[in-house]
Amino acid sequence: MFVIGERINGMFENVAMAIKEGDKATIQDLALKQMEAGADALDVNVGPAAEDPLRTMEWLVKTISEVTDAPLAIDTPKFEVMEAGLKLCKNKAIINSTSGDREKLDKLLPLAKKYNASIIGLTMNKSGIPQNAESRAEIAAQIVMYAQEQGIDMNELYIDAVILPVNVAQDHSREVLDTIRQCKLLCDPPPKTILGLSNVSQKTLDRSLVNRTYLAMAIACGLDAAILDPLDKDLMDSMITAELLMGKQIYCDNYLEAYKKK
Amino acid sequence: MEKVTEKWASKVNELIIGATQKEGGTRSSVIKVGGATTLPFLHFEGVIPNPPAIAMEVWDMEPPDWPAVLREPFRDVLGDPVEWAKKCVNEYGADFLCLRLASTSPDTKNNSPEEAARTVKRVLEAVSVPLMIIGCNQAEKDTEVIPIVSEAARGENCLVGIAVQANYKTITAACQSGGHSVIAESPIDINLAKQLNILISDMGFPLEKIVMHPATGALGYGLEYTYSIMERSRLAALQGDKMMSMPMVNFVGQEVWRAKEAKTSEEEVPEWGPLASRGPLWEATTAVSYLQAGADILVMCHPKAIDSVKKTIEELMKK
Repeated sequence: MFVIGERINGMFENVAMAIKEGDKATIQDLALKQMEAGADALDVNVGPAAEDPLRTMEWLVKTISEVTDAPLAIDTPKFEVMEAGLKLCKNKAIINSTSGDREKLDKLLPLAKKYNASIIGLTMNKSGIPQNAESRAEIAAQIVMYAQEQGIDMNELYIDAVILPVNVAQDHSREVLDTIRQCKLLCDPPPKTILGLSNVSQKTLDRSLVNRTYLAMAIACGLDAAILDPLDKDLMDSMITAELLMGKQIYCDNYLEAYKKK
Repeated sequence: MEKVTEKWASKVNELIIGATQKEGGTRSSVIKVGGATTLPFLHFEGVIPNPPAIAMEVWDMEPPDWPAVLREPFRDVLGDPVEWAKKCVNEYGADFLCLRLASTSPDTKNNSPEEAARTVKRVLEAVSVPLMIIGCNQAEKDTEVIPIVSEAARGENCLVGIAVQANYKTITAACQSGGHSVIAESPIDINLAKQLNILISDMGFPLEKIVMHPATGALGYGLEYTYSIMERSRLAALQGDKMMSMPMVNFVGQEVWRAKEAKTSEEEVPEWGPLASRGPLWEATTAVSYLQAGADILVMCHPKAIDSVKKTIEELMKK
């Protein structure tokens, strides 16, 4: 599974502090630790309280690029900040994200094409987050259609069925799993699927337990990627074990070690 | 019609066996195997930089059970590993030899590690082609013999075996110390094969110097089982599993010449046809099947079978 490390996000205190103080070391340490823990890419989010999101995004991307060539997921709702981040990416970038709204797709899909970036498409729009799998899949189908019109390869498109916290929207957990399955049937080859995993456990008491259980369930439904905390060892071990159970790696007694040695 | 090709994520490890003077050895040539970026011989889909290699078997004693058809090509040298090795190279054009230290087995002569080391040194002096060295395939005796033998061949970058679950620590350490590559064997079990590779790697031995032996079944005696393991292993390698990316070896001769189809004369079973061609054919057919499964090294015995497989490899390597 493609793992995007979520820790470089201004909503975390240590990152917010580092941004405020221009502390490169903390950011770079987080980048390297996440890669070492098995992340394939790094999410970059300036956080909700950034005074100058554009400058901050540029600073984060530059700082991270000094220590790693990892693909970066530029995580922002603002178009100018998105483009600023993409411009500075030396390697593969991922646009995090667009919704199903036509206006957003019309701006972000061409951006993906321009920068040869992958793009995450959320199955929500101005009307909000749909209640059930069918409605989510409908939005996914629209995103797929517009992406194909723009000549974007399905390998570059990640459909995010928008998981909600289990403590307030418990019904959605099942619907999202269903949506992941349905996305596989949209076209051939199908788009990829992704989840912002940590959202499922917001404000629960044992976030790690909820996260890793849901991840295993999602992997069984065919999940291709996730934005998560790679520093959660139990989560990563669960992911590797779920993939093993889905036949993605050949079993051996030290399968955890084998995966990490890759 | 559209040509459908795969784009594989990774490739098979490339391995060099033998060391020339430049590299600290005394070989006049080296053998290079592995490196493929696609399934066997699919030149239209990827790169296959090295043809599979054939190692010709030489024993350090006269094989007690070889049928006449197999003894015939080596009739005057069977008891003398040095002359046997020379005959393989000079008369039969072998460019890679497998020296089998069968005499060290408690079931044969139970020769000492020191005697085995002497034989290895003499063979290394007599011929200048790269060498595979294997013990008697009894795990415990091999742990006594291989370290001494490995030391005797130090610097020649041989392919040494056989490491199994029971003795891999000693065999691997011996290869590490002597600068050799190691054959890691598992009993037709892909999970144990992967596990053994990890265990060997945990000792600090480089993954790139491991050759996998998934245990060879002769045609009619389990070939399909080995074949399917090898196929799965090769697919895993191409999909990026570094623990399965090693070149693979099959001990074809060892298995085939135990089979009744390769030993029984036409007097006993007329329907089977003449043994003179049947025996080598059984060996060649087994070998060629394994080529399709991804064998990078074939250890073979009969010159006729080897010739036939060499020609097949040439054809298969044509782009």
